[in-house]
Amino acid sequence: MEIEGISDEGSDGMTRRSVLAAGAMTATLSATPSLEAKPLPKSDAPQLTKVNLNVNGKRQTLSLDPRTTLLDTLREHLHLTGTKKGCDHGQCGACTVIVEGRRINSCLTLAVMHDGDAVTTIEGLGTPDDLHPMQKAFVAHDGYQCGYCTPGQICSAVAVLEEIKAGVPSHVSDDLLDIAYSDDEVRERMSGNICRCAAYPNIVAAIRDVAGENKA
Amino acid sequence: MKPFTYVRATDPVEAAREAAGHPGARFIAGGTNLLDLMKVQVETPGHLIDINKLGLDKIEKTSDGGLRIGALVRNTDLAADKRVRRDYGVLTRALVSGASGQLRNKATTAGNLLQRTRCAYFYDISKPCNKRKPGSGCAAIGGFSRSLAILGTSDTCIATHPSDMAVAMRLLDATIETVNPAGASRAIPIADFHKLPGSTPHIETALAPGELITGVVLPRPLGGKHIYRKVRDRASYAFALVSVAAVIGPDGQRFAFGGVAAKPWRVEAAEKLKGMEAIAASVTLGAVTTEQNAFKLTLLQRTLGAVLVEAKA
Repeated sequence: MEIEGISDEGSDGMTRRSVLAAGAMTATLSATPSLEAKPLPKSDAPQLTKVNLNVNGKRQTLSLDPRTTLLDTLREHLHLTGTKKGCDHGQCGACTVIVEGRRINSCLTLAVMHDGDAVTTIEGLGTPDDLHPMQKAFVAHDGYQCGYCTPGQICSAVAVLEEIKAGVPSHVSDDLLDIAYSDDEVRERMSGNICRCAAYPNIVAAIRDVAGENKA
Repeated sequence: MKPFTYVRATDPVEAAREAAGHPGARFIAGGTNLLDLMKVQVETPGHLIDINKLGLDKIEKTSDGGLRIGALVRNTDLAADKRVRRDYGVLTRALVSGASGQLRNKATTAGNLLQRTRCAYFYDISKPCNKRKPGSGCAAIGGFSRSLAILGTSDTCIATHPSDMAVAMRLLDATIETVNPAGASRAIPIADFHKLPGSTPHIETALAPGELITGVVLPRPLGGKHIYRKVRDRASYAFALVSVAAVIGPDGQRFAFGGVAAKPWRVEAAEKLKGMEAIAASVTLGAVTTEQNAFKLTLLQRTLGAVLVEAKA
C-alpha cells in the first residue's frame, strides 16, 4: 500500500494544531482566561518535505514536517509501533532499526535524511507465525522480562552478528585484523541497548545460539 | 525541536554558500549530536543543510603514503578500514572506544571533530553557560565538575571536548581540509583546529562562518605500538574521564590525552622524557583543578603508566 501525502493535516482540513488549540480554547472557557491559547504565527507552519522510504519491503511516500524523526515516522505515520521510544536521545537503543543494512538509533535521525533508503523494523524481521531466528532464540532463552527494549535488542543483535562476520572491530577485539565471535564481543557491541529488567545473560545466550556457538 | 527549513546539498561549495546565506544555519550529516541538542533546544537552527549526499565518503591514499578520509566517512567504516586497522591502529582503537555501535554507524568523521561538550550545564538551558550563551556565566565552576577539564581552562569555561577519535588524530598529526563559500580550500593542522576557551568559550574551532570540512588527511603511518587506553565510569558506552593515545616505537614516543581539556591535549616536549611521573608532570603543567576533578591528575599519570607497561609487553 502506498501512503500519499500523510501530514499533520486531517481530511476535514483541521490540522492537529488547530484541534489542540480548539481543545485548549474549550478548556479555557471554564478556567482562567490567562491560559487562553494563542494561534501560532503563520511563519511557524512547517514546510512539508516529500520523503520516499522502503519500509520492510513496502514503498512509502510521505510528506513530513522535516523535524519528524525516523522513529516518529515509523510509529506515528506508518503505525509500525514495534519500534519503541525509550529515551529519545540515542542512549537506550529501544528505537534501533536497520537502515540500508546498518543498525541505527531511529530517534536520532530525521526521516527526510533517509529519502530512498530501505528500513527494516522488528515487523520486517519476522511475523508471529514466521519468526526470525533471533526472535525465536529470544523466546527460547527468555531474553526479556517486560519486553519494551526487545525489538531494539533484536534488531541490534541481528546487525551485530553481521558486523562480526564483516570483520568490524570492537573495543574488546584483541587483534584488529582477526575478528571472531565471543560472548565478550556480543556484550561490548550490545552496550547501546539498555535492558532495565537486566535480562542480559539470556540476551547473550540467545545471540550465542543464533551465532551457532551453542553446539554441545 | 524549533521549526527549521531543510535543504539537501549536492556540492560542497554550494553547501558552504547555502550556510553563508542563512546565518544560524547548521550542516547536518550523522545528526547524532546535533539532533540531540535540537531536542533540548541548546541548538535552534532556522535552516538545516543536509550534506549526506556530497560524496565525501571515501578513504583514499595520498601521494606521500598517507590517507585522506572523507568528511562523511562513518565512524564504523573508518574504524573497520583495513588500512586504518593495520597502519593506524590507535585511530581504530579510539573510534571503537567511543559511543555505541548504532551511533558509530551514523556518526561521521567531520561531525565527530565538531561534536559539542557533554558538560551537564551546557545541556541544561535553565543554567548559565558561557559556551551556550556568551556572558551568562559558568555553572560548572563551583558546580558538578567531576568529569570536566583540568588543562587549558579559563575562568569562563571548564568544558572538555568529548571525542576519542580526535585524540588519536592529534597524536597522528592529522590535517583538516575545508572549503569556504567562495570556493577556496585550506588545510588546518589539528593542533590549531580546536580552540581553548579563554574569554570566548563559544568559539570552539578555527572554522569561519560557512566553512565546511571536506576531509581529514593522515600523514604516512608511524611504526611502533599503537595504544588507546580509556578510563570511564562503566566498561562501555561512556565518555572518558581520562584517555591516553600513544604510539611507542624504536623511533620515539608520542602521547595525546582526552577528557582533560577543550581540545585533544598533547605536549610534544614531554615526549622526550622518560617514566610516567616525569611525562605526566610535564603534560599536566599548569593544571587547574576543582575539588571534584583533581583526581584526574593522578588518573592521568596512572593511565599513562599502564600504557607504558602495555607498550613493553
